[in-house]
Amino acid sequence: MKLSDVRCAGAPILTAALVAGAAVLAAMIGSAAQAQTKEPIRIGVISEAQAVAGSSIPLGAQIAADEINASGGVDGRKVEIISYDDHSSSAEAVRAFQRAVNEDHVHAVIASYVSEVVLALEPWAGRLKTVMVTPGAASDVITQNIAKDYEHNKYTFDGYLTSTSIAQLVCDAAKDLLVDDLKMRTAVIMSEDAAWTTPLDARYETCLPEAGLKVLDHIRFSPDTTDFTPIFNKIESVKPDVIITGISHVGTQPTVQWKSQQVPIPMLGVSSQASNSTFWKDTNGATEGVLYNAVSGPDVAVTPKTLSFVAEFQKRFGNLPSYCGYTAYDVVYYLIDAIRRAGSTDGDRLVDALEKTDWVGTIGRVQFMGKDTPNPHSLKVGKGTIAGLMLQWQNGKQVNLWPREVANGKLRFPPFIKVGSAD
Amino acid sequence: MLIWQILIDGFAVSALYALGATGFTLIFGVSGVLNLSHGALMVAAVVAAWVAGGEWGVSSHLGAIFGVLVGFVMSLLTYFAVVRPLQQSSKIREEEKEIFILTATLLWGIMISELIAYLYTNNAKTVLPIVEGVVMLAGVRTPANEVFTSVICWLVIGLLWLLVNRTRAGKAVLAASMNPRGVTLLGVELSWIYVGVWAVYGMLVGIAGVLLGMFLGVSSYSVGPLTASAFSIVVLGGLGSVSGSLIAAYVVGYLETMTAYLVSPAYRTIPALLLLVIVMYVRPRGLLGRR
Repeated sequence: MKLSDVRCAGAPILTAALVAGAAVLAAMIGSAAQAQTKEPIRIGVISEAQAVAGSSIPLGAQIAADEINASGGVDGRKVEIISYDDHSSSAEAVRAFQRAVNEDHVHAVIASYVSEVVLALEPWAGRLKTVMVTPGAASDVITQNIAKDYEHNKYTFDGYLTSTSIAQLVCDAAKDLLVDDLKMRTAVIMSEDAAWTTPLDARYETCLPEAGLKVLDHIRFSPDTTDFTPIFNKIESVKPDVIITGISHVGTQPTVQWKSQQVPIPMLGVSSQASNSTFWKDTNGATEGVLYNAVSGPDVAVTPKTLSFVAEFQKRFGNLPSYCGYTAYDVVYYLIDAIRRAGSTDGDRLVDALEKTDWVGTIGRVQFMGKDTPNPHSLKVGKGTIAGLMLQWQNGKQVNLWPREVANGKLRFPPFIKVGSAD
Repeated sequence: MLIWQILIDGFAVSALYALGATGFTLIFGVSGVLNLSHGALMVAAVVAAWVAGGEWGVSSHLGAIFGVLVGFVMSLLTYFAVVRPLQQSSKIREEEKEIFILTATLLWGIMISELIAYLYTNNAKTVLPIVEGVVMLAGVRTPANEVFTSVICWLVIGLLWLLVNRTRAGKAVLAASMNPRGVTLLGVELSWIYVGVWAVYGMLVGIAGVLLGMFLGVSSYSVGPLTASAFSIVVLGGLGSVSGSLIAAYVVGYLETMTAYLVSPAYRTIPALLLLVIVMYVRPRGLLGRR
């Protein structure tokens, strides 16, 4: 047999194989087309990848999406997360939002933990009639805008607490932990100058005296302050029992310098970065004793869902979620729940369904304020919904002290703190 | 009491500014390079020291030494990878080289800061202080590390002065800053002077960075403000004049501290910037500038 014979003999087989292959391919394309009719539910996630707080947002959302998909999706439709990095810039966030809606055809957007960014996106959610939920921005103005112009701004939902309700939670915790237990009487408010602290400070001013803490001074500083020595010296000169904080964007400096300068006054309040598990390392342990408000903590079983989420996050990404990791995870779940109930991804119907949300997530029971309230689409806060926590850094761990039902430790200060020195 | 607080606090901050600006002005004085990656090199040193201390768990001394070393290496890398190829390029016209180098160092700085943010997030990092605790100075409770910072800053500036004014190599550097061609005619290889100056600059940047990381902490966001503050101090003092920079550093440091204590911490940087604008109008070459 010559070589050419072999080739000739092989030719029909080759043709047959090609035909068969084409048939298989055609069948595959067919089934793919069928699957495509089940269009996935796309959720855009806009946040800053390089910030510890922001980077947890797409990760938390992804875990929720994977869990939903593993249990069959939404009537056979998969949930798809599409992430965009906005570098916490309003301009970049707006571009990402436009691209998400117009080109990537997302059905809803989860966006940012920076109030200024969310305020810039709010009108765009209205113009493009696309639901936007923020997992971490706190300024009351976001939801006040909805009250002012409901028809245009109703697409925005705040999946985190408003500054006013955070301030109230801080005051409630301060009353139990400091006024009742330690007989503290006076406080100084120290907060950074930003959109989210304006309503925070306003509430601090009224609720601290109600809690039994007289406000001796109120210091607002620029978020790019690096040297806090003058600020702490000024605070010390009026001898308060406690410093009530409102710090987020400023970073580690106030905490580090509080320790290195050995300011003998405890700090309690909002310190967003302290809620990150990396804060101990970032401050070289200077955060020992710092008390901060949060809606969740690594070892606190706020709801039956909390600890399993934390465990999954740690298993997949090797670290603990920041506060907006918890909320982003919850947002995906109640967005999908709303889509199920609405039977549609249409913006207006989704708004109606979201307004009726009653979902137990990782941070508590999620329900939104009605449209006739001063802050529509903000979370209901209090016992039975979202109770909030007061945690303290102790020996490299975040220990919850308040409310006492879910406390897993006792208040403890580093040696340089002098409790009751002002008496 | 308040006056002592301002004096002590301002002194430490100013000493740090002085050390940071000295290297910046040295490079400009000798090689005419405005290194806009200055802040990025400082932040790189801080993050290196932080990684050594936090991730590898070495002692604060070793961490600090590692940070300084990284500042040193990054400075030489900046010179050999960014500045020198442009200086020696035959494709760029001589009079355009300065602007090319300016742009290149700016981009280089952005690259470093983005890389740091990518690898270690943009959270502020603080370096473990070498000296812990507080001391009482004239009734002011001062962190011991603040005293340590001032002492080291002035020690390094003193050593630099000795190096420039009392050694042969230093005199060659000084001569090169006055008349590069003359130095070449005397048989000194100009490119070696440049390498030497960038090496010294690297040490200064590393030390200033690590001290800053212990005292105040930095993040990748600090890159721009750090370059800007060194730049404005150097412009205020007179480009290329080391003593001018030292005086300017103290003017800026004390002006900022006084504003923070007497007016409000929120307006800390404003009077110094206003002063800079005024000096630009009245005396464009700065306090002690030669050109």
